Amino acid sequence: MTKLTPVLSAHWDEPDSFTIAAYKRNGGYTAVAKALAMQPDEVIQMVKDSGLRGRGGAGFPTGSKWGFIPQGDNKEHYMVVNADESEPGTCKDMPLLLANPHVLVEGIIIGSYAIRANYAFIYIRGEVTHVVRRVQQAITDAYAAGLLGKNILGKGFDLELVLHVGAGAYICGEETALLDSLEGFRGQPRLRPPFPAIAGLYAKPTVVNNVESIASVPAIINNGVAWFGGMGTEKSKGFTLYSLSGHVNNPGQFEAPLGITLRELLELSGGIRKGHKLKFWTPGGSSTPIFTDQHLDVALDYEGVSAAGSMLGTKALQIFDETTCVVRAVLRWTEFYKHESCGKCTPCREGTWWLVQALKDLEAGRGTEADLDKLLDLCDNIMGRSFCALADGAASPIISSLKYFRQEYLDHLSQGGCPFDPAASTLFENAGVK
Amino acid sequence: MSTEVTVEMITCVIDGFEVTVPKGTLVIRAAEKLGIQIPRFCDHPLLDPAGACRQCLVDIEINGRAFPKPQASCTIPVENGMVVKTQLTSPVADKAQKGIMELLLINHPLDCPVCDKGGECPLQNQAMSNGRETSRYEGVKRTFEKPVAISSQVLLDRERCVLCARCTRFSEQIAGDPFITLNERGALQQVGIYEDEPFNSYYSGNTVQICPVGALTGTSYRFRARPFDLVSNDSACEHCASGCAMRTDVRRGKTLRRLAGEDATANEEWNCDKGRWAFKYEVKNRISTPMIRNAAGQLEEASWPEALAAAAKGLTNAKVGVLVGGRSTVEDAYGYSKFARVALGTNNIDFRSRINSAEELEFFAAANSTATYKDIDNADQVVLLAFEPEDESPIVFLRIYKQVRKRALKVSTLTPYTSRGSEKLNATVIKMVPGNEVAAISAINGLTGKSVVLIGERLSETPGALSAALELVNKSAAKLGYVPRRAGDTGAIAAGAVANLLPGGRLVSDATARVDVAAAWGASALPTETGLTTNEIIGSGTNAVLIGGVDPFDISAEAKLSLSKKFVVSLEIRESDITDIAQVVLPVAAVVEKSGSFMDWQGKSRKFDSAVESLNRSDVRILSMLADEIGKPINLPTVSAARKEFEAIGNWDGAKPSMKSTGTGASLNVGADEAIISSWRNLLDKGSLQEGEDNLAGTARATTAVISQSRASALSVKDGELIRVSNTYGAVTLPCTIADIDNSAIWLPRNSTNSQLIKVLGTVGNSIVKVSKA
Repeated sequence: MTKLTPVLSAHWDEPDSFTIAAYKRNGGYTAVAKALAMQPDEVIQMVKDSGLRGRGGAGFPTGSKWGFIPQGDNKEHYMVVNADESEPGTCKDMPLLLANPHVLVEGIIIGSYAIRANYAFIYIRGEVTHVVRRVQQAITDAYAAGLLGKNILGKGFDLELVLHVGAGAYICGEETALLDSLEGFRGQPRLRPPFPAIAGLYAKPTVVNNVESIASVPAIINNGVAWFGGMGTEKSKGFTLYSLSGHVNNPGQFEAPLGITLRELLELSGGIRKGHKLKFWTPGGSSTPIFTDQHLDVALDYEGVSAAGSMLGTKALQIFDETTCVVRAVLRWTEFYKHESCGKCTPCREGTWWLVQALKDLEAGRGTEADLDKLLDLCDNIMGRSFCALADGAASPIISSLKYFRQEYLDHLSQGGCPFDPAASTLFENAGVK
Repeated sequence: MSTEVTVEMITCVIDGFEVTVPKGTLVIRAAEKLGIQIPRFCDHPLLDPAGACRQCLVDIEINGRAFPKPQASCTIPVENGMVVKTQLTSPVADKAQKGIMELLLINHPLDCPVCDKGGECPLQNQAMSNGRETSRYEGVKRTFEKPVAISSQVLLDRERCVLCARCTRFSEQIAGDPFITLNERGALQQVGIYEDEPFNSYYSGNTVQICPVGALTGTSYRFRARPFDLVSNDSACEHCASGCAMRTDVRRGKTLRRLAGEDATANEEWNCDKGRWAFKYEVKNRISTPMIRNAAGQLEEASWPEALAAAAKGLTNAKVGVLVGGRSTVEDAYGYSKFARVALGTNNIDFRSRINSAEELEFFAAANSTATYKDIDNADQVVLLAFEPEDESPIVFLRIYKQVRKRALKVSTLTPYTSRGSEKLNATVIKMVPGNEVAAISAINGLTGKSVVLIGERLSETPGALSAALELVNKSAAKLGYVPRRAGDTGAIAAGAVANLLPGGRLVSDATARVDVAAAWGASALPTETGLTTNEIIGSGTNAVLIGGVDPFDISAEAKLSLSKKFVVSLEIRESDITDIAQVVLPVAAVVEKSGSFMDWQGKSRKFDSAVESLNRSDVRILSMLADEIGKPINLPTVSAARKEFEAIGNWDGAKPSMKSTGTGASLNVGADEAIISSWRNLLDKGSLQEGEDNLAGTARATTAVISQSRASALSVKDGELIRVSNTYGAVTLPCTIADIDNSAIWLPRNSTNSQLIKVLGTVGNSIVKVSKA
């Protein structure tokens, strides 16, 4: 049985965990002193050696990303933190920033020092006012403590950190759309190349990292590569935050080594609500192909989930029991993607518009089996044809749900409507809860 | 000196065929080279790639490693070892393209039968070539309120839009006028304008032309014609010296629309809105028969023999002059030039129907204007002297802007204040008080053989400025480009429609040159004395004048009155201030009705044939008949005869005279309530060829007077408040704009609504006016 490894979340239960005093009391801001005593390239090498991979979904090695920034180019470099967490089911960065914002600030100082950036930005989604306030306060406190601004800790390193609040667009989680938005333009993905490491924010070399990736760095600096590599699997090292939501008894964030299984996580979270059983789940948010109860023992690391036909994504495990209509769930997600499509490219803009109409018909029991093939063909014309990955995410739940639950779609058609009682899947439905 | 850089060549394979292209070439373009057309909407060779429509998806592998999914061929440059499979050889690419096409069509209305684009529509065509036979979409199409006027000239039907962003990219990247942009998101995304910044771009018509669907339409053309009813003709723009290739589309003898033609060495694929949308003049108030003024002072219709006889009689045995105007074709200008010398025996000929100076004649003789668009592309810097390209030669502006955007080309401009055009060019403004040009020009340094100096015709308005400019060019070996405003000006100089020059730049004063031309013309001798200039011809120097297409109010407030006392023969297309006072009026063909050529500022001629059938004849044909009547034939019965003869004479290969420095201009002293006036013509204004084009006029820049902040404070006016500009002649009242102009100066548009300076103030520059709060 894999055990939880609370690092980022170790002190969330302390009432003042978000304050600089609590963070320091628990050993915070010691890594930054160590890092600033190192050469920047040594810091990059250490992060490379640790095997830390991006926690935002793609799993790109963080140290390599830092290494791509051309050094000695006489240009400003920028570090940008992607805190635009908006994927349905994903709820790790916001709780982390609410309870422990200073770990991000410390990570940013170390990362900026490593890539030789004197300006860093946190792009945070605008809806989470309370989190915004906490992060803003953390930045203010860090400035007051001499951890930001000129000559940090007397080591001659300068860093200005700006918190930028987005206006509520999922697409701004895509790193180049985020950069456009940060520059004041509409958030739409940019053509690549050039990649942000060469021409990112204001056309300068830029690193864009997820909150959790950066927040993981101080612990690596403090405890070393071996300690970090002692957790997780061969290619997916370290600890990470798994967010469980839906029909589980104790939903929330579970910090565990990469490679833990859903079976273990369900045990740690009190299991599926009483009297019910697992039907399907997402391993990494709504964009990742769904899994079923056959996948309870899939190792939740980058390779394991991929081998099983999905993606680790943001490790957002949305758990659905047998009361849930898969068609309905997929329609809700698809409506989200239609609403969030930026409109730049045809397959996403027009495709998500059509998908919603097609799924609404199917949910209402209108159509024939041929419409399922049409739906799949439509997904094939959208998946991998769009400008960015948003449309792939929109097609994934449809394709995977048809793979595992085709009969349920057919049942809608044969019964002329949804065979499920929508109330039964709600959390206010008492029957069987706890 | 070779400025060519060797370009690395890349070889790749597309659909089994090898193709070698310069490094950086996009896959879609390399395929075109093989004749393989990949369907596309957002792709445009002159715009930065967008990759937005996804129509051009192809399968690509590089050195055996395949991309996992089809790639947009409009965004990927070729690489060595690349193997591309388009829709022709890859079922995946073919299905991907058909899938995209189906998605593009689900929300596109089936209104092709009433759509302007129907019949010439890339969406229609490519839906046929690369689409499914039928749509599987059964839902309700997206609709919008239609149309939205994004300006007075351009209308937007949002439901037709495929959101390719060609129009928005054009406006930002080519015109530098990012006044339209994509708004909203997802399926509601749409092209929109800003609330407080109207789409008043001089180049907005290009967005209509490059729109791959019928989303953007021109107000003037909307619902007027079907493309398959139109007859298209290559033509040349008659509005300015930029030298645009054009296409004129005609239905049953009437011009319905004009489009930008393609010429990489001139306008690329663009033109300005004036060139596109100002052509109604060709049908307004036309003169259809010759006329003679009768004893009662009224013009009376006459037969051609009567009219020619009357004209010949009035022009012989008189002190005679010829005013050509600036809008003649090369062939017509040549006809006037030869007519003056051979039929009238005089060098009293001038094409300058504008403010002009004697010094300018010397400049024409001495200047070696060799610069081209390509020199702008390769320039290390561009210097603009009394030349506001966006207003006075808009395609020259686009070419400079292109390099400014691409490689931050350094531009400096000698101008009284920072105009919007200067701002867009990020130009270094060489600030000068009007009248002080000579000192400012003499202070310019740092030019090299790769610099380009562009001189506008207004430079002649300050004494000494042209010679100072020529001195600057000569000492730095920079390339000189003389950019007059009108389409016929360069051709008129070349044809010798000027007092001191014969065709090909030959000096009237040079005996060898005269012999050259006399031999070509079969004339025993040519008049030897330098002729009279426009002002002298209009003044007391003559008592009979032959005038082809001149607006006297382009020259001076008194020109019409002065000419009315002379025997005037007018060759005109329509009723004008000259036909008002002419004794004999001879109708001639408008540009669309005749063949000919216009010589652009580079000295390059663009030939065109008549687009509209007409009985009207070109000026040169009429002049030839008139010369016959006079008894001194010029033997130019056709346009092609004139062209052939002119080309055979060729350019003078003898030395050009040097221009003597004429010293500095006198700077004027102004009192506190006075200012030195300066002006130029806005592109869209009260110009006679724009008459009746209300939609076009709707995007003209507001008429304002530019004053300095300290003058505004002294007058206690705020930006936009009315001021009164007056002199002993008259007064104009118009809103002010506060800008970085010198405290002693004021700028007004030269010929705009409420600011027709020659008519109202009798001056356009370098004189003192009173300025007060209105």
